[in-house]
Amino acid sequence: MARFDPRLIGALSASKVTAFGIRRLGRGGGTSAPGLIADRIDPALLTKLTAQLRHGAIVVAGTNGKTTTSRMIADILEHAGHTVVHNRSGSNLVRGVVSTFAAQASVTGHLRGEIGVIETDEAAFPDVVRLVRPRVILLNNLFRDQLDRYGELDTIARKWRASLLELDASTTIVVNADDPALVTVSSDLTSPRITFGLDEGRYRLDALPHAADAATCRICGADLAYHALYVSHLGDWYCPSCGSARPSLTFSGHDTDLHGVDSLAIRITDTGTQRTERYEIGVPGLYNAYNTLAAVAVSTAVGIDTGTIRGALAAFRSAFGRIERVTWRDRQLTLALVKNPVGFNEVLRMLTAETGGLTVPTLIAINDLYADGRDVSWLWDVDFELLADGDGRLSTTGLRGPDMANRLKYAGVDPARMTSLPVKLDAGLDAFVESVPPGGSGYILPTYTAMLEIRKLLADRGAVESFWQQ
Amino acid sequence: MTTTETPKLTIAWLYGTKMNIYGDRGNVLALAQRARWRGVTPEIMEIGLGDPIPGDVDVFFFGGGQDQEQVAVSRDLQGEKGEQLRLAVESGAALLSICGGYQLLGHEYRPHDGNPLPGIGLFDVESVAGPERFIGNVVIESRWGTLVGFENHSGLTFLGERAEPMGRVQVGRGNNGRDGTEGAIYKHAIGCYLHGALLPKNPALTDWLVAAGLERRYGSGDLTSLDDTIELAAHTSAVGRAVATR
Repeated sequence: MARFDPRLIGALSASKVTAFGIRRLGRGGGTSAPGLIADRIDPALLTKLTAQLRHGAIVVAGTNGKTTTSRMIADILEHAGHTVVHNRSGSNLVRGVVSTFAAQASVTGHLRGEIGVIETDEAAFPDVVRLVRPRVILLNNLFRDQLDRYGELDTIARKWRASLLELDASTTIVVNADDPALVTVSSDLTSPRITFGLDEGRYRLDALPHAADAATCRICGADLAYHALYVSHLGDWYCPSCGSARPSLTFSGHDTDLHGVDSLAIRITDTGTQRTERYEIGVPGLYNAYNTLAAVAVSTAVGIDTGTIRGALAAFRSAFGRIERVTWRDRQLTLALVKNPVGFNEVLRMLTAETGGLTVPTLIAINDLYADGRDVSWLWDVDFELLADGDGRLSTTGLRGPDMANRLKYAGVDPARMTSLPVKLDAGLDAFVESVPPGGSGYILPTYTAMLEIRKLLADRGAVESFWQQ
Repeated sequence: MTTTETPKLTIAWLYGTKMNIYGDRGNVLALAQRARWRGVTPEIMEIGLGDPIPGDVDVFFFGGGQDQEQVAVSRDLQGEKGEQLRLAVESGAALLSICGGYQLLGHEYRPHDGNPLPGIGLFDVESVAGPERFIGNVVIESRWGTLVGFENHSGLTFLGERAEPMGRVQVGRGNNGRDGTEGAIYKHAIGCYLHGALLPKNPALTDWLVAAGLERRYGSGDLTSLDDTIELAAHTSAVGRAVATR
């Protein structure tokens, strides 16, 4: 980058001054303001910086698991010796991505890094793709999430498709073939397509869960059927009416072993080379088997060998804030973020899988601030009926704690097992921890902003993070 | 109730797999549970595309859907099926419709692009796609007292001369953001824009629908009272959030 570009330099300087100012003020979370300012001065900043990536950029999109999956990919690339530019803080709107890249560039516009991993918000996807011209795009899944913010799923799918149609053969699309909507979104493009999906015998759902969305054929409108169903509407699907079906898989995941709330192992067959590898990874649940499969497919697509991938994944731990374990006042607390019906269902499945019901005291903390989704209707799409069996106490807190308690009552949970704690999280958290016997353990399931506040409360009170990495 | 068998209540969920965004399941669950807690066995059926409307349904629920689904459902309701639904309401069946379902029970819905979707004219209302989306908590005053829900719609609904609104908006936008009305009511049928889910935290409205359904079936809809502490706490806190956020 020898050419003098005054606009680029101006944008980067302003961005760096802003970032410095925010750090000095001690304000956390100021990850997007520098990008906002840089973007105003030079709207082409992101294009100019990402064009310098010798090995290109990988864009990760999907409703669930994008933070975890992009961290897996970035870890694998780092294990392979690459310098990675990654919006690791999860700031995934355009200005957050700009901030990340501006922070990695010298003031003269030279980018430090060879390959980019960019997690993008559903709504920001078209802008990010247009500005970045990625080498690889991962389409991980498309679930119902906070419709008050994003609009309807059909609209998102339409916008993604329009965006992908602009790309040429220099971009590879890696798609979760178990998601029928994403197969439609990514079909018949100029860009080559790599598919992944599960061929799992053991962990199957009997019926489409209520929270599932894309149960109709996008071609002929008939209801889809499944040879096997794994998570929400993800599975080996086909249309009984027009004959469309899951495409053949480039990467097939099978023989998964789920180890409770701790870890999983999965075998992945590359159908091109006919080679099968077993991967172990420190994240729990079948939804993370999908994330692992996605990370393996993407890493292989950019030329990383299986040995490196296996080593990186073996060392991988859960993303900051997704699953955390904390010891406080002699209680073992497991925190799991819940943010939409599909994610919440998978957490409930994980908590009840081994015993058939909930046996551990559990606190559910529901907020309705902007980042949580203002509409709590989504709680009615979660299968809390799973909690009706078992004897674990269920406590509720947060701005919408009372709505949550009501949801549990209508799910058939005996009100005698329920405690409605104060809506204020500090009081709710204290009362919950008090109710767990010393030496015992408890689960805490907060929405996004409740998670941030609970983490801060625990940190302020000197809780020991037994499992925390960023 | 004169029968010696366990009393029952038939609940039909119209297009349940297609029209169920925004937690509509909560409404069906509330109807079923509040019947069950009174010793009435709820029988829930789904009526999908191409299925006829059985003659013995006590309570109908009809939720909202995405654009693609809305077109198919509008088509399905034309002709005999829409007539069967109108007939059921005329003969006393209770009905709750929300958002897309409400629009298709009016005369028609005119989208931004594409042809107008004909409704069945159960409610004397018309809907048209509007320029902005109304999103947020809603509080209305109604014959069931204060009701609280969450609206998320760009369609504007206007009441005709024969339409009676479900209530008056206290917080939020309602039918069209202009005339202060929310929803419509005809006999024991309601159309509105209230998600939330609506019924679980507005038990007086739920009980009115359950009672109407039982009255249709058994000629008497007296309900024993229930402990609604948890429901009313959810109601009160939702009203508080509505006032705080809009």
